[in-house]
Amino acid sequence: MNPGRCAACRYLRRRCPPDCIFSPYFPPNNPQRFVSIHRIYGASNVAKLLQQLPSHLRTQAVDSLYLEAQYRIEDPVYGCVGLISLLQQQIHDLERQLAMTQAEIAFRARHPQAVESSLLNNVGNPSFSNQASSWFM
Amino acid sequence: MGGSSPCASCKLLRRRCAKDCIFAPYFPSDDPHKFAIVHRVFGASNVSKMLQELPVQQRADAVSSLVYEANARERDPVYGCVGAISYLENQVSQLQMQLAVAQTEMLCIRMQQESALPMPMPTQIQQDDKSFLAATNNLDNISQYLNFASSSSSNVIQDPSALKRESLWT
Repeated sequence: MNPGRCAACRYLRRRCPPDCIFSPYFPPNNPQRFVSIHRIYGASNVAKLLQQLPSHLRTQAVDSLYLEAQYRIEDPVYGCVGLISLLQQQIHDLERQLAMTQAEIAFRARHPQAVESSLLNNVGNPSFSNQASSWFM
Repeated sequence: MGGSSPCASCKLLRRRCAKDCIFAPYFPSDDPHKFAIVHRVFGASNVSKMLQELPVQQRADAVSSLVYEANARERDPVYGCVGAISYLENQVSQLQMQLAVAQTEMLCIRMQQESALPMPMPTQIQQDDKSFLAATNNLDNISQYLNFASSSSSNVIQDPSALKRESLWT
């Protein structure tokens, strides 16, 4: 048994050649990395993908494949697309809140007297807080 | 005698399309590109295994997300969907900071406008109105927003090169 085999060749139970495409990215001390990627993508698909990339980009490619494989293993239905959906919803909510806040700033800046007189007239009016908040909806 | 046409998967794989073909409901023959791209990225046997491990009612969603990921990987072979996640997390961070700044600005405007008002008699003040006059509460809120605005988000993936990738979402 060759102790110098990369994690991929160990898992695939084959000889690890000197020019093995996997060995720079799948060191033997982290077998889980290859196991996850192989489970989702398959060794031959990963090899084809890496061969199509220049060598200085392959580490980043393997890192992103590993991350996506982990997401898919944790969520077999949506994978990382579930997180993308969540982020898009978060962005939508934040943009809406920002627009409302900016609208309120613009209103208060342009109509300080309207805000002031309404506050004066409505101190003691229990329905005022509802009315004021409706200005900014 | 007339059989239904094979699904896109069996056409590509050049095999007989069985009645219980696991791919047939999700890869119709009129959209060959859909299976082709999923096969290129994940491989037919991996997709088949993944679908077999899921209840039937979840398989359509799983196929949609696999197609999405495969398309992202075709467009960006280095970062795939992870590049998009990085970009979106960065957008979330920026929007949170903008919102914090805007909310701080609004509080300042409210304080300025409310400090110009004459103080009403104590009997006229209702419980709901006390918050408008509580300057110390507003100062606490402002410092909270300023602390938030100056701190960096912990959501962003710590990979600066990922932020240079062309966005899939513009």
